[in-house]
Amino acid sequence: MSLPRFGPHDDPGPDFAALLRLTGAGPEGGPLGAAVRHPQAPPEIPHGTTCVAVRYGSGVVMAGDRRATAGHLISNHRIEKVFPADRHSGVAIAGAAGPSAEMVRLFQLQLEHYEKVEGMPISLEGKANQLGQMVRANLPSALQGLVVVPIFAGFDTAASKGRIFEYDVTGGRYEERDHAATGSGSLHADTVVKLGYRPSMARAAATDLVLDALYVASDADSATGGPDPVRDVFPVVAVIDADGYVRLDDAELRRRTERLLRRHRSRRGGDGASAS
Amino acid sequence: MTMPFYAPPEQMMKDKADYAQKGIARGRSLVAFRYGGGIAIVAENTSSTLRKVSEIYDRIAFAGVGRYNEFDQLRIAGVRHADLKGFAFSREDVDARSLANAYAQSLGQVFTHEFKPMEVEILVAEIGLDGDGRGDQLFHILYDGTVVDEDDWVVLGGETEEISERFEEALPDAPRSLAEGVRAAVAALAGPDRTLSAQSLEAAVLDRGKDRRAFRRLTDDEVAAILDA
Repeated sequence: MSLPRFGPHDDPGPDFAALLRLTGAGPEGGPLGAAVRHPQAPPEIPHGTTCVAVRYGSGVVMAGDRRATAGHLISNHRIEKVFPADRHSGVAIAGAAGPSAEMVRLFQLQLEHYEKVEGMPISLEGKANQLGQMVRANLPSALQGLVVVPIFAGFDTAASKGRIFEYDVTGGRYEERDHAATGSGSLHADTVVKLGYRPSMARAAATDLVLDALYVASDADSATGGPDPVRDVFPVVAVIDADGYVRLDDAELRRRTERLLRRHRSRRGGDGASAS
Repeated sequence: MTMPFYAPPEQMMKDKADYAQKGIARGRSLVAFRYGGGIAIVAENTSSTLRKVSEIYDRIAFAGVGRYNEFDQLRIAGVRHADLKGFAFSREDVDARSLANAYAQSLGQVFTHEFKPMEVEILVAEIGLDGDGRGDQLFHILYDGTVVDEDDWVVLGGETEEISERFEEALPDAPRSLAEGVRAAVAALAGPDRTLSAQSLEAAVLDRGKDRRAFRRLTDDEVAAILDA
């Protein structure tokens, strides 16, 4: 592999996607955006669904369930939908699993590539716009069924606060004040978050709230997976604050999930043994 | 049609080499060395925005001396090379040796085929995957594409002989600490008649810590604390 060199007129600058196009190193037709030449996408490819993000006192909590479905079948029990985008931001994705993973990989690289070429990171707003452009580039595929709808959240080091951005399939970007949800279970999840949300809540309370939201969503939406104590699988939960992106470990999630289930049992009036 | 004057190839190469060396000697030098926790690079640089040392990839750093616009162009090409390779294959497939070879090809090509050689010397450093530093690599690449695989430390720039002598004398045997190495490097760069403050230095490390991206710059305060100790 030789060193990629450009003249002053065709230099792609810090844009990694443009670099891929210019060098022809990406997938045929360029990364994303290459519409599949079929009248419609194959119906039964894996899809991932519900993700939520909640702003709390000193940052943001993001969470996603672990189920992927293909048609009526569960195709994966431990898929991950919440990823670090860089040190101070994360991205959660609902939609067709393959294009979603590709978009996340490209987005992560785009941010890191920019940071290395320019010598400084992109602003949080700039990162949100970059992701919007990627979602927009995916529109032709989305119209054929390969929809990708992310949530972007991060800690804005300039403004010293957590911020959340939602998207639609056309790349439309909407900043949310307090919380956001995406995926087929988002209606239920968002309702739970809306009812339990308190401004400047603590990290622990925000974590319990997103776990509850995903649990309730899994109760009503077949494409959203609930906590699975048999396989020891819990939602992916990440906290982003001034110290950066941290994924919570399974021990903490197990403890919080068990407490959540106890709470739901006692709400039904018993220790669970008598609940039908 | 006018006939060009005949110049023997030896003379042409020598002229080009002299030209490049002169350009490199005009700039300030830098020192790179291995220490217990990784690899450190210390450069004399009064600018806090125009960098000589920077990150290429997870475990790979770049440093250049000579003409800023030329080595900065090489730095960006290196970032592109590494990111493209990591995207096409996997992150662990990106290595310093292949990058050093790509640099050598490119510099050698410019040196023999273009009118003006590049007035730069560059360093590609990589820390190994195992914690004991066995996989560490320091590639020193010259303006004509010559690659030197350095073992423990290296000096780039003008006056390398004097600086190397002073550095070798001041540098404690491995395993050494970061602070010991930085103090020796600053003393060697400064020479007997000058002292260098933290503001006129640029220092960065490839840290064998747990982070995926090992590259980290030392702040002026950190450097000052090391020098004052």
